[in-house]
Amino acid sequence: MFGYYLDLALRSLRRNPALTGLMVLAIAFGVGASMTTYSVFRAVSGDPIPWKSSRLFVPQIDLFGPTAAAKTSNEPQDLVSYKDALAITRAHRAHFQSAMYNIAPSIDPASPGSRPREVMGHAVQWEFFPMVDAPFVYGHAWSADEDAAHAKVAVISSRLNDRQFKGEDSTGREIILDGKPYRIVGVLDHFTPEPLFYDVANRNFGEPDDVFLPFATAIDAQSTNTGNYNCARSPLEEGFSGTLTAECAWIAVMVQLDSTADATAYRQWLDGYTDGQRQAGRFSWASNNRLRNLPAWLDFKQVAPPDTKVSLLVALGLLVVCMVNTIGLMLAKFMRRSGEIGVRRALGASRLQIAVQFTVEAAVLGFTGGLLGVAMTWIGMTAMRAVLPEDIAALARMDGSLLSLTLCMAVLATVVAGLYPTLRATWVRPALQLKSN
Amino acid sequence: MLKMTHLSKVYRTEVVETYALRDFNIDVNEGEFVAVTGPSGSGKTTFLTIAGLLETFTGGTYHLDGVEVSKLDDNARSRIRNEKIGFIFQAFNLIPDLNVFDNVEVPLRYRGMKAAERKQRIMESLERVGLASRAKHYPAELSGGQQQRVAIARALAGSPRLLLADEPTGNLDTQMARGVMELLEEIHREGATIVMVTHDPELAARAQRNVHVIDGQVVDLAEDPRFHAQVQAGRVNI
Repeated sequence: MFGYYLDLALRSLRRNPALTGLMVLAIAFGVGASMTTYSVFRAVSGDPIPWKSSRLFVPQIDLFGPTAAAKTSNEPQDLVSYKDALAITRAHRAHFQSAMYNIAPSIDPASPGSRPREVMGHAVQWEFFPMVDAPFVYGHAWSADEDAAHAKVAVISSRLNDRQFKGEDSTGREIILDGKPYRIVGVLDHFTPEPLFYDVANRNFGEPDDVFLPFATAIDAQSTNTGNYNCARSPLEEGFSGTLTAECAWIAVMVQLDSTADATAYRQWLDGYTDGQRQAGRFSWASNNRLRNLPAWLDFKQVAPPDTKVSLLVALGLLVVCMVNTIGLMLAKFMRRSGEIGVRRALGASRLQIAVQFTVEAAVLGFTGGLLGVAMTWIGMTAMRAVLPEDIAALARMDGSLLSLTLCMAVLATVVAGLYPTLRATWVRPALQLKSN
Repeated sequence: MLKMTHLSKVYRTEVVETYALRDFNIDVNEGEFVAVTGPSGSGKTTFLTIAGLLETFTGGTYHLDGVEVSKLDDNARSRIRNEKIGFIFQAFNLIPDLNVFDNVEVPLRYRGMKAAERKQRIMESLERVGLASRAKHYPAELSGGQQQRVAIARALAGSPRLLLADEPTGNLDTQMARGVMELLEEIHREGATIVMVTHDPELAARAQRNVHVIDGQVVDLAEDPRFHAQVQAGRVNI
């Protein structure tokens, strides 16, 4: 029977092309607008590592005291000092932990004659890779021993591997970063999380990391921090070594805690650590620490810009307006067919069969509107690049899931919009229609 | 086949009750050809729509092919309409977007019949009304008489036990009306039960039995003073 209803729906849509066109346009416009804004919202608000985000935590320590904290609603700094980063990671109180900071070394080109170029990256500890479940296409992460030995090793992205080594297995080969050679031990397999959840205090979106170096090695090499750098007071010592001893926040820390009990114990340890620092005379204020899991941290950092949420609501409002228009048009279309409904009822169609016939018609209409809506979403994404920041707009991509979601949304919204017109169609009294004809 | 006893149909508003049928009694036997006549507004069509399960009734009982229909839900009523009743309307009521073949197919679709059987029945019905060659034509491409023949083919395709015809020749010229009437008589001779509402005394005379309806009741013309009063007022056709 479904094929029969489908055939009737297609005949009905062809019968009045102008009215059908209006409805399809209304659906496409509403769906296109909402899916365009949703594509951005999805990218910025999605969970980048849903299978373990609740087990990843960001510890925060109040480095600057209550006067500075009062300006930020008593919130401590997002980053920690080098001294605290070392203390936290060396204590090894979590399943995995890593200190990290932003680097942007210059890489020598693969072919002679080309110019060196800057690549984005992070200095991290070996536990970073298993903690964030980084996938490898070649090789693996460096080892704890290599970390301890300050080995000159590197993990690079598949993108950089394609550029430098034409996608071949480059493990064991060397790259030159800031004039120093590093042996490649691993190549990541398209590891481009959005947002860049392991260091949102410095970078949310934009260029993915192409290179990862051991934290201690990068410190030895005095690789410059290209992320944020906030100090309560000027460092006592000039230069890179001054940044290591200063009360400055510039290193991100992430830890993996596998249970609530682990998290509670870790928080107690963190408070104990800062209490110890106070007793040692380093801090003059009570512990003001935080330990947020990743979803809470992304929310706290407002990784999803508030204006994208507003845009999404406005777009959904527009979809509702378009659907209300569609309800009116469908009602007019269905009621014009009261005579046909009366005949079908007289010939044996039940109310349910009439309802199914018109619901299928609404679904076909929605699918057609959805196809045009996909085109409108693509146009919307192109137009959005003109109004949104480039790094945010670049996130909006038409992929398979967005395509299916657009079509499903169009069909579902139209079927819902068609409920009332369909209900009215089932109320048609055949006796009146047949006589009036 | 069709038996209504003390049946009534009342349309109610807040201030008034209007009886379309009142203490309506009729018994149509299997294989009968009954013409229902009466003045406009007498309740003939209301009777036909209730008989065809297109409307519910207010009181009394109605047995169709031995089944008391008042308690049936929409699905059951629809199934009976589909399997046991064939309708022929004054306005033909063909679906303009469907060609002749597809129009005749409609009741068979709701019966869930397989495609091969549907096709066989459709072609047999169209051959019976002499329109097999017009299967791919649309209603707008046919004359009124041909459209009514398609409507009859549609009614016959499902092999109904009861044919209900409401002014089947009302929209046709004399020649076409004669053709349609001859077709109905032929169908009756083959064993169908037909109940036909008509204003036309000539058509009524060709039925086996006439039932007269006045003011929502079946009356005996010879004895009913209302009939004589209406004849004098020129409001009765027969």
